[in-house]
Amino acid sequence: MNITVQFHPIWLRINHWLNAVAFLVLMSSGWRIYDASPFLGFRIPSSLTLGGWLGGALLWHFAAMWLLAANGLAYLLSGIVSGRLRQRLLPIGVTALLSDLRAALSGQLAHERLDHYNQVQRLAYLAVILDLLVLVLSGLVLWKSVQFPLLRTLLGGYEQARRIHFLAMAGGGLFLLLHLLMTALHPRTLLAMLRGH
Amino acid sequence: MRTPPTASRLDLSRSDRADLLAEARRLLPSPLRRHLLGSSLSLGGLAMLTGCSLSGGASAETLLRAVSRLNDDAQAWLFDPSRLAPVYREADVARPFPYNAYYGVEQIRRVDDRNWRLELGGLIAHKASWTLAGLAALPQDEQITRHICVEGWSAIGRWGGVRFSDFLKRVGADLGARYVGFRCFDDYYTSIDMATALHPQTLLALSFDGQPLPAEFGHPVKLRMPTKLGYKNPKYLAEIFVSNVYPGGYWEDQGYNWFGGS
Ligand code: HEM
Repeated sequence: MNITVQFHPIWLRINHWLNAVAFLVLMSSGWRIYDASPFLGFRIPSSLTLGGWLGGALLWHFAAMWLLAANGLAYLLSGIVSGRLRQRLLPIGVTALLSDLRAALSGQLAHERLDHYNQVQRLAYLAVILDLLVLVLSGLVLWKSVQFPLLRTLLGGYEQARRIHFLAMAGGGLFLLLHLLMTALHPRTLLAMLRGH
Repeated sequence: MRTPPTASRLDLSRSDRADLLAEARRLLPSPLRRHLLGSSLSLGGLAMLTGCSLSGGASAETLLRAVSRLNDDAQAWLFDPSRLAPVYREADVARPFPYNAYYGVEQIRRVDDRNWRLELGGLIAHKASWTLAGLAALPQDEQITRHICVEGWSAIGRWGGVRFSDFLKRVGADLGARYVGFRCFDDYYTSIDMATALHPQTLLALSFDGQPLPAEFGHPVKLRMPTKLGYKNPKYLAEIFVSNVYPGGYWEDQGYNWFGGS
């Protein structure tokens, strides 16, 4: 009986895993590109990077960017049209968030209902969605800064966009670390994200 | 928007240069050693994607190169022939301006200005070669624009020279052709789309920061385009030709995106 209950519709699961692949390809090839001109003064070990050389990393990066953007757009559109995005990620209330946060930090936050996200999860997911939006927009300025004058000006110019892009990557990476940790603590959620229930 | 030249940027450009040089050396022995898709990254399924076997790698490379050609089309579509790259003030110019090529600064080739000629070929009506004095006698233009390198760094420079669209019209180039190709006497070569060749900020540059173009930056003549990445801006020009056959380029043939817009 329970087996037929779907916590995550199939399109959501496909969106999620395509996004994971796109993000990992972009991050690892992006690290290689960063290493060609490491403006923050440190290098990322090339064993962690994708592409083998700058040209290879760029090929991966400029292919995966389409996947991330198109898939993200599909996720947002289907989430808005179906109402799932609002149901799952809203509302967030300050008091509820604080109490969930306190519970989470003391290891008391239960995750029993797979069709329901707690306040901390909601905030984290909304934050990473925004973060990926900033990642894509700053990426557009880096990719074709002359062709997006408004966006370029909003982000403070090409060099500023480079820093914003790096920060957005780091934000996504930090989310992923916490996300993987929480998934490891609640393996049932992983099963549900894979097979829907 | 306006980033003054800083010491750290120059340090970076030095390390870039070393990096690029190491990269170039690694490329030399054999095309296989390019190792386009190789990676020791093995985050689960990614190991599969990165091509552990030669055949897997080869098909991934074919796919990625096909996407890169789609990216050429996307950029050609995005390119607005009348949209100008931002221009800056003289105080914004990076001094010293970073040097970058596929070889070190000590291997720069020099020519005697009196012996240098710019050859013309392909779909051009008047193919007589040009002297430096001949180019210098044409109406001159100037721009202070940002040079963006494929490696990520950028620097503002000041270039002067002949508007390339004026030059192409003057020599009777077929402006409906697809490509303009460049051969350089440092054995570099590249090619661009006609739309960018005709962009008002595309310059046949004879000077940098008010001086004759220095050896590091392509003496005697380079092509300057603020709408394209650095590797698309050929230095040490020897020949310009117009063609409908895809001419490729030094880095482009190894995997850099051909359109290379910025
Ligand atoms: C690569 C390994 C990843 C694993 C194992 C993983 C696992 C999961 C799991 C199990 C859930 C469901 C949580 C629950 O039911 O309580 C989930 C949801 C989510 N994940 Fe991931 N994830 C990964 C990568 C990513 C990445 C890279 C991002 C974004 C940068 C991301 C963003 C999200 C978002 C936004 C949700 C909520 C989706 C929704 O319901 O609309 N995940 N993930």
